[in-house]
Amino acid sequence: MIQVENLTKKFNGTPAVSDVSFSVEDGEVLGFLGPNGAGKTTTMRAITGFLPATSGRVTVGGFDVFASPIEARRRIGYLPEHPPLYPEMTVDGYLRFVARIKGVPSSDLRFELDRVMDTARIDDMGGRIISRLSRGYRQRVGLAQALVGDPPVLILDEPTVGLDPKQIHEVRELIRSWKGRHTVVLSTHILPEVEQTCHRVAIIARGRIVAVGTPAHLVERLERSARIVMDVAAPAGEAAAALGGVPGVADVRVLDASDGRARLEVEAAGVGADVEPELARAIVERGWGLFGMQSSTMSLEDIFLELTTDEPPGGEAGS
Amino acid sequence: MRNVLTIVGRELRSYFVSPVAYVVLGVFVLLSGVFFQAILVQTLQMVQTIQAQSFGGTPQPIDVPGEISRQYFGTLGVILLFMLPMITMGLFAEERKRGTIELLLTAPVTDLQLVAGKFGAAVAFYAVLLGVTTAPISILFLYADPVLGPLATAYLGLLLYGASLLALGLFVSTLTDNQIVAGVMTFGLILWLWIVDVLGGAAAGTTRAVLTHLSILTPLGDFMNGVLAVSNLIFYMSLATLGLFLTYRSIDAWRWKG
Ligand SMILES: Nc1ncnc2c1ncn2[C@@H]1O[C@H](COP(=O)(O)OP(=O)(O)OP(=O)(O)O)[C@@H](O)[C@H]1O
Ligand SMILES: [Mg+2]
Repeated sequence: MIQVENLTKKFNGTPAVSDVSFSVEDGEVLGFLGPNGAGKTTTMRAITGFLPATSGRVTVGGFDVFASPIEARRRIGYLPEHPPLYPEMTVDGYLRFVARIKGVPSSDLRFELDRVMDTARIDDMGGRIISRLSRGYRQRVGLAQALVGDPPVLILDEPTVGLDPKQIHEVRELIRSWKGRHTVVLSTHILPEVEQTCHRVAIIARGRIVAVGTPAHLVERLERSARIVMDVAAPAGEAAAALGGVPGVADVRVLDASDGRARLEVEAAGVGADVEPELARAIVERGWGLFGMQSSTMSLEDIFLELTTDEPPGGEAGS
Repeated sequence: MRNVLTIVGRELRSYFVSPVAYVVLGVFVLLSGVFFQAILVQTLQMVQTIQAQSFGGTPQPIDVPGEISRQYFGTLGVILLFMLPMITMGLFAEERKRGTIELLLTAPVTDLQLVAGKFGAAVAFYAVLLGVTTAPISILFLYADPVLGPLATAYLGLLLYGASLLALGLFVSTLTDNQIVAGVMTFGLILWLWIVDVLGGAAAGTTRAVLTHLSILTPLGDFMNGVLAVSNLIFYMSLATLGLFLTYRSIDAWRWKG
């Protein structure tokens, strides 16, 4: 349903998203997980056609969002990071406007409004002025707005921000209930959120997708993600064997070897296993030279730490 | 077309729930009313003076209602210079500030429909202002017998004049997310287009001719005198087209800048 191919978006020459490719199947829920400034919003804006890509291609339902924008947009419901609300309008008036510009026929208008207001739990808010709503209710109106016209694709940028624990739970349930009916891309900082709602997760950091997979698969990978690259003066095979014998090392790969020098990549087995000193000792003890050692800067572990910070306490238990 | 009307409708409703519309309307009604009164009194005094000077001979015929309406329309042209920026200043700037632009630019609406909707709303609101001015003019019909032709061309002129300035204001509104900045910039732009006229008056020869041609008020003067010249129609229409075209391009440019 959604194809993103080699998407790059630069702002004044600085890439916010670099060479991102992924696809979302019909009826699938894909979660975008990443720290602040990772490029989640930028990617979603490229999918909705709000920001054209610097290079690369995005298609929705087979329509290129840049070449046939209207056809693509007809298929998309979008909840931006900041709900796009007109503060002076009533909830009813606002949703009516959204329904009209989305081409909902006049005869179905009332029915459609009732449907989305019911889904977003704002059915008794129709007459309220948007500027006087609480933040959580504004978020719900934003969500209702995305659902107007029942589009097959929903792009939701942090849909649960600002909601109370009960509402968070409800929205997650709602998204789960869409599985198979809507193709959904949602973004979040919260790891449990994707575990609960998504078929697949894409972890994005510094504008690149660093991992894609089912939540279970990713959690497993996160747990053995420490990577260390070492430059040594030693025969490659022997050095690899020596490092492989260090407790906690899961895998050793030879990246490069020439004239008695070797570059090796070591994958450590668990988070928190401080293997670096042991690795250094293994080399030095054998009388080899150690020229350099670098833990890979963009390990999933780093991202994981940035991500797992803000699930509100009792968020799920609250219902 | 439905999309355009939907946008026009939302915008008009927003005008009338915001204080801006009422302030603009109120100030406009007040100013134009005061000036009409002043013009009326002045013109009648002038007529009396002329009659008194003619010492019993036949006084020269004076088109009193024509004189009054000409002066009144001239004043309106100037008052509007100050009012028009307020009509357009928020149209795009506020969308950007509130983030609703993200809704509009991801809805199945073309940029052209969006520009047409915004412009339509501004012109519709402006038409309400012009509608208000028919009240004093209709008083003239009660006491005198004004010639219809020049009145009709004057209104056509005012409409075109306003529409072209609104189009320029719409463009300026795309340049910032602060409506006050947009308003002041539009005012500056309009003032400049007007001052060209004053400069033209001070200059001589070719410079004078060129500057007078550039002035936004010169064609309006012709319209008010009942002159319907194709070149004047083209002048305002091309100005409006330019404004709308720049607006359209500016929206495209934002998308790229983000
Ligand atoms: N309009 C813009 N102009 C310039 N830079 C931008 C713009 N929008 C985003 N960026 C930059 O692009 C990068 C990615 O931003 P983006 O908003 O996509 O991150 P995000 O993953 O959504 O973060 P968050 O979790 O904070 O919402 C950031 O470095 C940001 O500063
Ligand atoms: Mg974001």
